[in-house]
Amino acid sequence: MKYLHLIWAALFRRKGRTFLTLVSIITAFLLFGLLDAVRVGFDQAGKSANGAQRLQTGAKLSFIQLLPMSLNARITQIDGVKDVAFANWFGGAYQKPENQVFSFAVSPNYLDVYPEMEVSAEHRKAFAETKDGAIVGEGLAKKFGWKVGDQIPMQSTIFPDRNGSQNWPFKIVGVIHVADKKAGAFYDQMFLLNWKYFDDTTPWNQGQVGWYVTRVKDVNQADRVLKAIDAISENSDHETRTQTEQAAMSAWMRQLADINLIVTSIMGAVFFTLLLLAGNTMMQAVRERTGEIAVLKTLGFSGGSVLAMVLAESVLLLLIGGVVGLVLASVIGPAVSAGSGGALNLPAAGLTSWLIGTGLALLFGLLVGALPATRAMRVNITDALAGRA
Amino acid sequence: MKFLKNFGLLLLAVGLLVAWVFTPWWGALALVVLLALWMGLFRSGAQARSVAAVGISTLTQRLGSSAVIVVGIAGVVGVLVALLAMAEGYARTQSNSGSLQTAIVLRGASANEVSSSLSREDIVQIEQAPGVARNAKGEPIVSAETVVAANLPVKNGPKGDTGSAQVRGISEAAFLVRPNAKIVEGRTFQPGLREIIVGKGAVRQFDGLNVGATLKLGNQPWTVVGIFASGDALESELWGDANVVNDTYKRGSGRNSATVKLEKPEAIQAFSESLENNPQLKVKASTTLAFFTKQSERMTQILRIIGITVGAIMAVGAVFGALNTMFAAVASRAREIATLRAIGFRGLPVVVAVMLETTLLALIGGLAGGAVAWLLFNGFEASTMSAGSVGKLSFNLAVSPGLLWEGIKWALAIGFVGGLFPAVRAASLPVTTALREA
Repeated sequence: MKYLHLIWAALFRRKGRTFLTLVSIITAFLLFGLLDAVRVGFDQAGKSANGAQRLQTGAKLSFIQLLPMSLNARITQIDGVKDVAFANWFGGAYQKPENQVFSFAVSPNYLDVYPEMEVSAEHRKAFAETKDGAIVGEGLAKKFGWKVGDQIPMQSTIFPDRNGSQNWPFKIVGVIHVADKKAGAFYDQMFLLNWKYFDDTTPWNQGQVGWYVTRVKDVNQADRVLKAIDAISENSDHETRTQTEQAAMSAWMRQLADINLIVTSIMGAVFFTLLLLAGNTMMQAVRERTGEIAVLKTLGFSGGSVLAMVLAESVLLLLIGGVVGLVLASVIGPAVSAGSGGALNLPAAGLTSWLIGTGLALLFGLLVGALPATRAMRVNITDALAGRA
Repeated sequence: MKFLKNFGLLLLAVGLLVAWVFTPWWGALALVVLLALWMGLFRSGAQARSVAAVGISTLTQRLGSSAVIVVGIAGVVGVLVALLAMAEGYARTQSNSGSLQTAIVLRGASANEVSSSLSREDIVQIEQAPGVARNAKGEPIVSAETVVAANLPVKNGPKGDTGSAQVRGISEAAFLVRPNAKIVEGRTFQPGLREIIVGKGAVRQFDGLNVGATLKLGNQPWTVVGIFASGDALESELWGDANVVNDTYKRGSGRNSATVKLEKPEAIQAFSESLENNPQLKVKASTTLAFFTKQSERMTQILRIIGITVGAIMAVGAVFGALNTMFAAVASRAREIATLRAIGFRGLPVVVAVMLETTLLALIGGLAGGAVAWLLFNGFEASTMSAGSVGKLSFNLAVSPGLLWEGIKWALAIGFVGGLFPAVRAASLPVTTALREA
């Protein structure tokens, strides 16, 4: 520790070069932070305490197949079930078909199952009492400038009403507040309408249900309840498949893309070039200091401590770059998420990202420093001072 | 003053980069020719040539630091090209599915086939519309199809993991409106039976889809009797007899979409106008090319944005790596350059020479990165949930010449920025200082 000022001085001996190298390291770790946030975002989808209590039941045949309403009563009777809610996909879009909105037609008790979505008692009452009422996430309301009381047209990309028109009028009667914006970005963009209004208006649904959401009393009983739900309709023509919310989400994410593979390949390429770049800088740094190192040795510094000092210098270089890069990623990621209005969720680097990031910086520092450090250790005093090395 | 000069240089670099983005390949070629002419015909050009020759001939002595530029740029170009190849492959697979010879009819305002529906009566009207090609017997060539989804076990996935596949109920005309689709193994299904043919892409993604296998769709066993290939998005689907699929999924006699063969590409105008003016119909027709291109637009755009963002961040790192290397290279040659200038060489040839050296390294890096991306990823299989369908779409990454050119353009841009500042410094260092210091 007492040599810190020496190491520091060596590191900034050539400010220009160190600065240029640092910027390269920072960009590499910035990219790492952002990509890791994407990976974590995919990984953690559906992983929450509330999510663990919820089971999703859909048709085994395919996700576009509907289920009979009769299942509702039968699932409710299963021991260990607290609430059963159901919903249908509405496929809404606002103003133009590209403005897709997460819109579900939901049962009256749907909000009980999702405590993450906080709706005031007054708004809940209005939602239950207004036939064509809708409650929307705060983020979504902000995005389109909606206020409570607004009358808005919504286009369903799937369902026509009885006249064949796909334009549905709605009245905004409440907003959904999400306390944990990081985990609940999805709920912040939600548009919920009354299932009854949906079923009455379109001739296409006829009392059927898209999927059931079951909340269990005890998380440890989830597996038993899940099997009991699927057993109800076994061998019928509407067999179901029930999964925990987490399993359902991660299966869905896997269908989208193999994020892990993509992130790992990109980072492999980035870090490989980084090693070469930082290694080159350290080699140059040691080469031009050969004389100084010889002086240090003359003063009595052992080969070992010279080795340690050069290693410390390269680790410090990587650590500074790594930490600044990760901080930048933590600033830019959430800013981008906010700017994208919930379409993208890049949380600030979490503990694991920081651990992996700093661990990598440490490892690369040692790798990069290894060769120049051994070279410094082996500097021959007389040759170096005579300018022959 | 120095600050103003550097700032001006920065603005110049940004301006040139923007211009470079819009330069087509022949523009770049013209630049190369102009440069060669200048170096061949003018005195200052000849000076630049000789200074560059010295720099380039000493490159081998600076292998380590030169490699930083080459590998750094190769990394950027490799990642960029691979990510863009994903967008390209996806877009190509989708747009291959369409042609100008056929049109698809959906219920008005439906964005995709699944959310559309056509009744038996609708289909009869569509068949009678003008512009529809007819076969030798004089019957209209129209394939009315049902589109549903099926959950199937995923290949190489965790146990019990299922993915969604699009199932298409077709009639005989399906092969007439899609001349690309050919049976490559086994035979086609017999109408009326629970037999199914599967696309090559679906075989790649899902478990147990070989000829002769039994498959459960809607609680009923189906036999896989053949495998078809079409080289496009349809290859990720499973095809069976429309009537049987409708029975299985309780769809009655309706269909989701109708694909018709047009008499000629121009007939689309008359065809779609007659459908829209028909008061009994609420449908919309477009060529299949337009339909599938539109389906892939958004996804392709997202993939491209991801590729360019990642590439841009990496490029910043590579630029600084190149700056570092070239500053060091110029510093180690400071006395040499100062000597040249003392004996009458002008600043411009020195700048050009340093830039040429960096550009050469960048070009090598760009070619290497492009080559690696091409070797590793051209034809690489990927899949995603496709926009506008209800099944996973299997596609191959496509490293096209256009993408390689884009990668090389990036490489040259990085080399340009990385060489410009060191070059200017080399040319502007006072001769006396440089001679004394080094």
